[in-house]
Amino acid sequence: MATKVFMEALSPTMEEGRLVKWNKNEGDAVKSGEILAEVETDKAVMELVARGDGVLRKRLVAEGTTAAVGTLVGVIAAADEDIAALVSGASVPVPAVPAVPAVPAAPAAPATSAASAAAAPAVPAGRVIASPLARRLAGDEGVSLSGVHGSGPGGRIVKRDIEAALAGGGAAAASAPAARSIPAAVPGAPFRDESLTQIRKTIARRLAESIGPIPTFYLTAEFDLARAAEMRTAAAELGEAFKFSFNDLILKATATALTQHPEVNAHWLGDRIRYFNTVHLGMAVATDDGLIVPVIFDAQTKRMSEISVESKTLAKRARERKLRPEEFTGSTFSVSNLGMMQIDQFTAIINPPEVGILAIGAIEDRVVVGADGGFAVRKKLRVTMSCDHRVIDGAVGAKFLQTLRRLIENPLLLVF
Amino acid sequence: MAQFDVIYLGGGPAGYVGALRSAQLGHSVAVVEREGLGGTCVLWGCIPAKALLEAASIVQKVAKGAEFGVKAEKVTLDYGVAMKRSRAVSAQNSKGVEFLFKKNKITWLKGTGALGAGKAVNVTGADGKTETHTATKAVVIATGSRVKGLPQIGLGINKTTIISSDEALMLDKAPATMAIIGAGAVGCEFADVFNAFGSKVTLLEVMPRILPIEDEDCSAELAKAFKKRGIEVITGAKLGTVKTTKTGVTIPVDAGGAQKEMQFDVVLVAAGRAPNIDVPGLKEAGVQITERGFIRINALLETTAKGIYAIGDVAGPPMLAHKGSREGHVVADIIGGQKHHPVNYGNIPSATYCHPEVASIGLTEAQCKEKGLKYKIGKFPFSANGRARTSGETEGFVKVIRDETYGEILGAHIVGAHATELIHEIAVARENEYTVEEIDLAIHAHPTLSEAIAEAVLDSMGKMLHA
Repeated sequence: MATKVFMEALSPTMEEGRLVKWNKNEGDAVKSGEILAEVETDKAVMELVARGDGVLRKRLVAEGTTAAVGTLVGVIAAADEDIAALVSGASVPVPAVPAVPAVPAAPAAPATSAASAAAAPAVPAGRVIASPLARRLAGDEGVSLSGVHGSGPGGRIVKRDIEAALAGGGAAAASAPAARSIPAAVPGAPFRDESLTQIRKTIARRLAESIGPIPTFYLTAEFDLARAAEMRTAAAELGEAFKFSFNDLILKATATALTQHPEVNAHWLGDRIRYFNTVHLGMAVATDDGLIVPVIFDAQTKRMSEISVESKTLAKRARERKLRPEEFTGSTFSVSNLGMMQIDQFTAIINPPEVGILAIGAIEDRVVVGADGGFAVRKKLRVTMSCDHRVIDGAVGAKFLQTLRRLIENPLLLVF
Repeated sequence: MAQFDVIYLGGGPAGYVGALRSAQLGHSVAVVEREGLGGTCVLWGCIPAKALLEAASIVQKVAKGAEFGVKAEKVTLDYGVAMKRSRAVSAQNSKGVEFLFKKNKITWLKGTGALGAGKAVNVTGADGKTETHTATKAVVIATGSRVKGLPQIGLGINKTTIISSDEALMLDKAPATMAIIGAGAVGCEFADVFNAFGSKVTLLEVMPRILPIEDEDCSAELAKAFKKRGIEVITGAKLGTVKTTKTGVTIPVDAGGAQKEMQFDVVLVAAGRAPNIDVPGLKEAGVQITERGFIRINALLETTAKGIYAIGDVAGPPMLAHKGSREGHVVADIIGGQKHHPVNYGNIPSATYCHPEVASIGLTEAQCKEKGLKYKIGKFPFSANGRARTSGETEGFVKVIRDETYGEILGAHIVGAHATELIHEIAVARENEYTVEEIDLAIHAHPTLSEAIAEAVLDSMGKMLHA
């Protein structure tokens, strides 16, 4: 049965590719997985591999030609198979997602799903249609169905598609061991699981290869604490019950910001990402025995005073080694503060399966250029966020920090 | 001289279904057929044979009537009457196909077809006159197969003492003694029929067991049932050169070293069929033949000649009506440029309509072993099934073979009453890649024979309830 060769999205952001060189001539026998051609993407020269066995019957794109992702660039078929129906009307690159193939039996054409994923990475995939057997296979092998092209009736994913995905190696298979080593998810927390999109899988695999199991990057921002300091002074004047520390404010603001950025409040589970509808905020506490991260559960529902009391209690109990296991497991995001130890700024290590952690530095008076152009002295705080790039992209992390800045620099917003 | 979009050579289950589907897609269609419409299936195979098997079934039921409180005395058996009814059913079905042709405006070109140049088809009628017709889109060869005798050992079909299934379907009376050579589906079915109508039947099979392509457990179960009914079953039988006289046939049989000369009134040769590849002009058109003597086709059912397709028995095994019909449907879709679902050759049910019936789909246990698959077996006997007990048809079992890890249904094998109907639950399950768990979860009505499938499935998971 013929297999169409499409220009595939070989990088997460690729929309078109230049076919640099064909490695196979028309008439050459090819096996699934063999390199057909080299394709220059927006980032690098990548390999386009065969998705089926047979003979490369037709090369529809000349070397040096640029073709949109999804363009039919060749046909693999049996030596004596009639491919006229496949080839007709496809001689020039058409910048579109491929139409329904005339011979729908053509197996795995991942370009289709990759292209649509690239176009709308944030949109969760619709209902995935797959046979029960395909679902079981995929579940056991850690293959995400959302990234698999269905070759059954009506695009249904069937056993052979999962087998093709496994044979192709790639992101899906590579993520399987990770899925098993990751601790179990939080019991009882309301959440929604979302299968990995193709782009997410590719990002995960590539970045993990480059940096280690968790591909981390760091974002640092400096917040102005003038208003926070004013509010803190004003609150303290109202009585003992209204006293709070800057750390309390940071925890409260972080919990609030996380509700507005659920994409950061998540767990990486290898084959899927779990987004939480509640914030279980971990706070790193140094003890004589070492680091422990007790959890303020449902932190977004708690008032500043409650967070203040709870964080103090948890820290005390942690130092006294009185925490019960359920008090230091299940966090969805964490904060680590070394400000009291005069650390200007630092990078914290992500606590998996969480995908982000905030590192809070010391609050210092800094000389800055004031509004009038002269010098001014302002209280400043440096915050560094470690982000798991498999889940959080640079801009996503930055947007979260923007919200956090707005909340910390305008603490009145926390009342709303 | 007329022009059509598509011309089918052969009006059997492959050709006529293809023609109907082509007509449905708006093509002008002609079918070349020299005999009646419906092919071997309707005229000389499935349909008339099943009509006779139904008669055999009634014979067996009547024999057991007394235990149900229905005592039939002075029962007489008349094979001739059963045969005439079978012919009537056959004719009725053939007329049915004719009606469908009229309804769909399909032209029946009565005669024998030959391929001409391009997509021309020359049709020679009974009067010897030849007309040339052309197909603009495609010619589809669906010429089927025919019975072949075994002339190499003196068993050429002489239509009196040495007969094929064709003649067996036309006998006026059941012979006193009969040898059936070949214990495939056809052989087993005729053994059942003639045994019921009083012939002393000897079933001779060269392979070590009857129904050699079925699971070994099925072969053993059917052999047991046949022997119980007085059918002599000789497997691993080597036949010597046959001697024919006016009144009978002598066959030297060597079974397990024991030599004997066996005497029969009639010998029915049920060993194999040959594809009808003797279509004139085939070679000139560039249509190639495989080593096994079938027309060579690719995955799109096209022969080595462009625009000429082949379907059904002539295009390769298994030689089954339902395989041909599916290919007919698919080839019409391909020619019509429709989205088509390729023929799933791994999921074709096999059905033998003797009593008890035998039906299967997918891999046998031996094939699973050969492929090195890790599998689990689930088996449930009809003797433990309530519905089977009510009808007194407790022979047989359901055997399910599933993949150990994922529960994929690798194969299913049923021996028992209505096995040929029951198998389709598994056919649908396999086509949709349901695992044993989905079968278990589907509620099966009680009391039914189908419950045996659910129980066999449970057994494969180590959870059988009723045995």
